Amino acid sequence: MMTVIASAGLAVNERVEIRRNRITGSAKGAAEKKRVCIVTGTHGDELEGQYVCAETARILSENLDKLCGTVDIYPALNPLGMDSITRGIPLFDLDMNRIFPGTAEGTMAEALAADIIKDISGADICIDIHSSNIYLKEIPQIRINEISAEELVPYAKMLNCDFIWIHSSATVLESTLAYSLNVTGTKTLVVEMGVGMRITSEYCRQLTAGIFNLLKNLGMWTGETEEVREPIVSGERAVDFVNSGANGIFVPCVEHWVDIKKGEHIGDVIDPATGKRAEYVTAPCSGKIFTLREYPIVYGGSLIARILGGDDNA
Amino acid sequence: MRKTVIYSIQSPYRKPLEITGFRFGQGEKALCVVGAMRGNEVQQMYVCAQLVNRLKELEREGCIAEGHEIMIIPCVNYYSMNIGKRFWTMDNTDINRMFPGYDLGETTQRIADGLFKGIQGYKYGVQLASFYQQGDFLPHVKLMETGFTDHTDMTDFGLPYAFVREPRPYDTTTLNYNWQIWGTKAFSLYTNATDDFDERSARAAVDAILRFCVKKGLIRTKLPGGYVTEIIDEERLIQIHSSCAGICRSRVRTGDEIRSGDLLCEIIDPLEGDIISKIYSPVNGIVFFRYNRPLEFEKSVLYKIIKI
Repeated sequence: MMTVIASAGLAVNERVEIRRNRITGSAKGAAEKKRVCIVTGTHGDELEGQYVCAETARILSENLDKLCGTVDIYPALNPLGMDSITRGIPLFDLDMNRIFPGTAEGTMAEALAADIIKDISGADICIDIHSSNIYLKEIPQIRINEISAEELVPYAKMLNCDFIWIHSSATVLESTLAYSLNVTGTKTLVVEMGVGMRITSEYCRQLTAGIFNLLKNLGMWTGETEEVREPIVSGERAVDFVNSGANGIFVPCVEHWVDIKKGEHIGDVIDPATGKRAEYVTAPCSGKIFTLREYPIVYGGSLIARILGGDDNA
Repeated sequence: MRKTVIYSIQSPYRKPLEITGFRFGQGEKALCVVGAMRGNEVQQMYVCAQLVNRLKELEREGCIAEGHEIMIIPCVNYYSMNIGKRFWTMDNTDINRMFPGYDLGETTQRIADGLFKGIQGYKYGVQLASFYQQGDFLPHVKLMETGFTDHTDMTDFGLPYAFVREPRPYDTTTLNYNWQIWGTKAFSLYTNATDDFDERSARAAVDAILRFCVKKGLIRTKLPGGYVTEIIDEERLIQIHSSCAGICRSRVRTGDEIRSGDLLCEIIDPLEGDIISKIYSPVNGIVFFRYNRPLEFEKSVLYKIIKI
């Protein structure tokens, strides 16, 4: 059932509406009262979650007899951004994932954020799907703040992702949807995968399979599931960042999610006018490349890759 | 005056971005003023430019106190300003969300790092700041409460109002917050414009900074007398939201003294022209902020009133 869970009037003849598709199964069982939320579209240029939502909704709707409990799908927390290919909230130039938990007494954006939190709160699990930006391609991964790691990693492992990155706590991240929900007791997992403004269908199907595996583990799904992959958990392994040291176009010579040894060639930064190589980019450590630059133009400092290091056998 | 490049970064397709500082006097690093960090902060750049102009004149007249240095950086992100973009040209990130910066990090982290290294060690710091909310403000000075800066220093600007704000999580990566953490007593100064310049409030801002310099013994000059600053906890500002969307026809201006029950604005149906809402002040006070765009959304903050 489609419900508007938050809305506000726009200036001329229109309202912004944040919608939730509630799918409640007809199967009876212990998990009848359980609820899982799938949210995406916080950033208007991140589209991978659209296909995950669509696939999840399609499969559930065709198999209500195999679903016990409720799955809430929120395909666009930032519908105006989605509609205009704008990462933030149009007109405010504001990153929606920096205004949570919001407040009913605040601006339109803050009031919408507060309504979103209110609607999701109390769910058994929330999956918050992001897809990098147009510059970087990410392997399907779950990102977990170290303060929630113990509680969330077991659930993250069910989601059929390749990698779980437990990152250090940063004050600035306290304004995110995931942080706001986790600190108030709603377990929320952040998925990052693919690249902005695109749908990588194999990643979407991979995560969708993981969502059904999670539902099965929660006792909410009796239908078929695929065997899920065992993710690498960052744990004590360091993440190394590879930033461009020169300007130009980056041409990679490695594939995404491959093992690489320290000193091996990742790609070149080339001056487009002369064809000369401005930088020979190498791996600072041995490990696995889980982030790789997608957008070719680079400044000094542009992120080229992230490597999960600490694997001398790679 | 000494003109120096504080930090420079190469671009693939443009001449290098050179963040330029203008130094006056020599000796202890006394005051640094930073202007536009975003491409739309024209007023912030203009205030700094006027400040450079006044300080050049004062320097010629020998009015810069010995043993002190003042540095003004009018524009950090002129790359974005020159192409009409608010945030960083390439990746749309906000330099004022990257402090203290990181020299091996992403481009705007490197810019923040380079700038921050160049402006550390000053006793006082002033950032010409802007709001994301569209509207007119009364010029004021704001202090992010970190425990490192005296509230009373704000009164030396001689502006009518000064605000103390508790930092929120996203404030911890701003220049103001980090300046204070690294030992500079930092203030944010707001005028009532951003994308365009407003001569009157720019002059008020320039006078306020020069007044601060006089009070701290950095310059000698005669200025118009300032106000006795009232330091206000931000919680004391009453926010007036719109109850519906439409065209906003305001009946008051910033600085107006209003009584409880006074009409603040009318909201007009944008297609049929009817008045669909009238908004009245719930308190006696001074209009501190007024939303200044014709079209407004439901729940827009239309006014902020200092309750008296």
